Amino acid sequence: MTDVHIPRSGRAVAWDRRRASLASVWHSLRNDRLALLGLIVLLLFTLLAFAAPLLSDKSSLSAANTGDNPVWSPPSWEFLFGTDHLGHSVAAQFLWGSRISLFVGLMATLLQVGIGSLVGLTAGFFGGWVDAVLMRLTDWFLVIPFLPLAIVLAAVLQRGLWTIILVIGVTSWPSTARLLRAQVLTARQRLYVDRARSLGAGRIHVMRRHVLPNVTPLILASTTLAVPISILTETTLSFLGLGDPTATSWGGMLNAAKDNSAISGGRWWAYMPPGLGIVFVVLAVTLFGRALEEILDPRLRER
Amino acid sequence: MSVLELQDLCVTYRTDGGPVPAVRGVNLTVEAGQTVGLAGESGCGKSTIASAVLRLLPRGTEVSGKVLLDGEDVYAMTPGRLRAVRWTSAAIVFQGALQSLNPVRRVGQQIEEAVLLHSTQSQAAARVLVGELLERVGIPAARADHYPHELSGGQRQRVLIALALACGPKLLIADEPTTALDVMVQAQVLALLEELQREEGMALLFITHDLSVLTHACQRLAVMYAGRIVEEGSSKEVFADPQHPYSRALAAAFPTIGDPISRMNPTGLAGDPPDPSALPSGCPFAPRCAVAVAECSTLDVALRHAGVGRSAACIHVDGPDV
Amino acid sequence: MVLMSDPVVSLTNVQVQFGGGRIRAVDTVSLEVARGEVVALVGESGCGKTTLIRSIIGLEPLAHGSITVEGKPVGMGRGLRALRQRVQMIFQDPSGALNPRHSIYEAVAEGLRIHKVKGHEPTLVAEALAAAGLRPAERYLRRFPHELSGGQRQRVLIAAAMALQPTLLLADEPVASLDASIRGEILALMRSFVDTHGVSIIAVTHDLGLAWNIADRVAVMYLGRIVEVGPTEDVLRAPKHPYTQALLSVVPEIEGMEQQILVGETPDPSRVPAGCRFHPRCPLVASGEADRRGFGDKCRGVDLELEPEVGSHQVACHAVANG
Repeated sequence: MTDVHIPRSGRAVAWDRRRASLASVWHSLRNDRLALLGLIVLLLFTLLAFAAPLLSDKSSLSAANTGDNPVWSPPSWEFLFGTDHLGHSVAAQFLWGSRISLFVGLMATLLQVGIGSLVGLTAGFFGGWVDAVLMRLTDWFLVIPFLPLAIVLAAVLQRGLWTIILVIGVTSWPSTARLLRAQVLTARQRLYVDRARSLGAGRIHVMRRHVLPNVTPLILASTTLAVPISILTETTLSFLGLGDPTATSWGGMLNAAKDNSAISGGRWWAYMPPGLGIVFVVLAVTLFGRALEEILDPRLRER
Repeated sequence: MSVLELQDLCVTYRTDGGPVPAVRGVNLTVEAGQTVGLAGESGCGKSTIASAVLRLLPRGTEVSGKVLLDGEDVYAMTPGRLRAVRWTSAAIVFQGALQSLNPVRRVGQQIEEAVLLHSTQSQAAARVLVGELLERVGIPAARADHYPHELSGGQRQRVLIALALACGPKLLIADEPTTALDVMVQAQVLALLEELQREEGMALLFITHDLSVLTHACQRLAVMYAGRIVEEGSSKEVFADPQHPYSRALAAAFPTIGDPISRMNPTGLAGDPPDPSALPSGCPFAPRCAVAVAECSTLDVALRHAGVGRSAACIHVDGPDV
Repeated sequence: MVLMSDPVVSLTNVQVQFGGGRIRAVDTVSLEVARGEVVALVGESGCGKTTLIRSIIGLEPLAHGSITVEGKPVGMGRGLRALRQRVQMIFQDPSGALNPRHSIYEAVAEGLRIHKVKGHEPTLVAEALAAAGLRPAERYLRRFPHELSGGQRQRVLIAAAMALQPTLLLADEPVASLDASIRGEILALMRSFVDTHGVSIIAVTHDLGLAWNIADRVAVMYLGRIVEVGPTEDVLRAPKHPYTQALLSVVPEIEGMEQQILVGETPDPSRVPAGCRFHPRCPLVASGEADRRGFGDKCRGVDLELEPEVGSHQVACHAVANG
């Protein structure tokens, strides 16, 4: 670890440091069994989602092709998860639906974190009236009740995947913004920021070298933890019938099951797979995200 | 019978990196009404001793040897007896008053809590007692309703002293009570401790890294290094004529103002205080010692008699082992 | 005021206020520091000494007065960056002052990069560390602050400051948080830089022993004002101001002085007493001697500044002024 020679340049030292820090993060993660489990499960589902075209034919989901399929057939060798009220293979829907759920979950999270980071970092960096204005905006979005807004937006805009993504992103960014702003403000108060200023550093240098490195791990950790929430939110919206009618997600499957009395009719194969799918994916990401947060969040670390 | 007696006390912490021996065989006695000073720097184990006396060490810490409080072995006590003894026989004034006081409770309440835990008095009677305690340490009784952050550093330290006195202990352990304070406030707190000790007849174990403070405040003085006592004796003698090279360095660390020798001549020790988890072989002070000889890196010297009532653990001291 | 021909830094009637003028942290201070001189600024908490040096480096705005460094005034704007190369600050808490995520190399290189100092960066960094006593320097480059001891961290900070070749070092309690046995080494290091580089130092401290160890002059501050200033031997051996006398008397490392423990807490800069700001705690006023000698009313009513105007050992005290 201690190389006894003068480095070629300052950059070499910085890259050495980054590599070492990544290695230590990976090492810590490796030791957390639950986190590894979460990661593996997540990778499995992602793999399945990508492999959907290989495992099942999308055309099998269209209404035209299911004339001869038995309706409400329980799981069998031909239909692994059985069929639904129209004779469509539940397994096929499960695979294709996973793509929707994961995609929407990821995109909505990126949108949410993107807006939240921009607002939070800007407010923390500039302070003064910029901060005040942005924080009032944040407060406004924070108080808007989620469901009515979602319903209104879904009604006003075309129902589709991107509407859902927009709805989730637009309603969830305030908490990220507040978290990041607080972290920026804390970082700016540190003594080493004072020292950087006394060395002659301008605000940009301080942000780049001292504040952002402190804040980005938090962004990463909160992103990971926001994904399951987005997935659940999408599920809720689809379950309420606000989802994309042409692209059925797991939530949509649950909605269909409810609408067609699968639950009361005891046809568990219609709602168990999507339900369990959601539970497993959300649990997996949460376990992984929690471990990542513990490693990366400077407040939780005990140096 | 001594108020406090440590017999070959050894304390080893359990850490992720392995066992860390913080205290390695300390013998110390504090008689009733006596003030004993314990001097040393970070990592020498002095704060560990303070926590060890009242069994406040973290779980899993290995403790061997005896800690006798009024003749009773603290580590052989039942939990009930220990709770009864804590604060009534011995109390600690911790360093860093802002961390030791609960920031969301009024200071009066915190002292009341100690009183009520150890006696059967009513809350009203306890409140009166708290007022008296605060006055005794020089704080107006009305301040009992203030929160810690509303008091100055010196006042907070006095609150800690009042808290320690709440149950009338026979032994007061002060762990760096004046380190973070201004010199004038430090003088006030030291004078207060001296006065209280005289009035109550308490024994006082004064732990600090500033040797010169101990000269005026204590009768006997022990210097610690790397978990062991390296010199012991009457405070005046130890300060005037230190026998161990570390004591000499510590005494010289804070110069006597007006002394031409130290004018424009700051002296200190090279190197750093040793890491208790990685002690060198032989005498732990050898790497920094100006008068070390070849044997010092292999031979770990025990305390030797160095005069009447004095001892030092150095190869250059001619005397029988203690 | 001692007028020097070419002072490194010159403060004239400096006032720094907080809370919209409510708190007079620095209340009219004038001071000059010559090249290669070490001045110890001593006082208790709340006396304004840290605020004063922060204002020299432009971290606190002035309410009144002016500061010039090497002839150029300290203000806001472009000149500030250049100023922050010629003047460097060493902070009290070496652990807090170092970003825990940056290696030692980066900590020292930061200043070099900000000021675009010419030269091979790694060599400059290694040389700075070696000059501060961290040898062999290569061994420390890739380490992190938490792997170093308190003394080593302070050396890193000193190395980073000296790497910019400043003409003035502002040291805020440079050894207060360090172990006693290494105090001397760090002070000796700072003194050595004065001898080899000719850098001037203003050392803020409450430790009078530090002043005795390394300072040419001592300035004693109380509630935002300098109450006594002069050569170290004069001020510490023959103090004239009652506050300085009391401070010295309670220092454990002093001999031959009877302890004068002042009553009351260190005063609050938001409530500066009228007249001489020290009069509520002054032993001369409390004992009645001030009245007996006829200047008691002045103590209570008339505010005053350092006298005499010219001369090296100056005091702001009615007792001294009235003989």
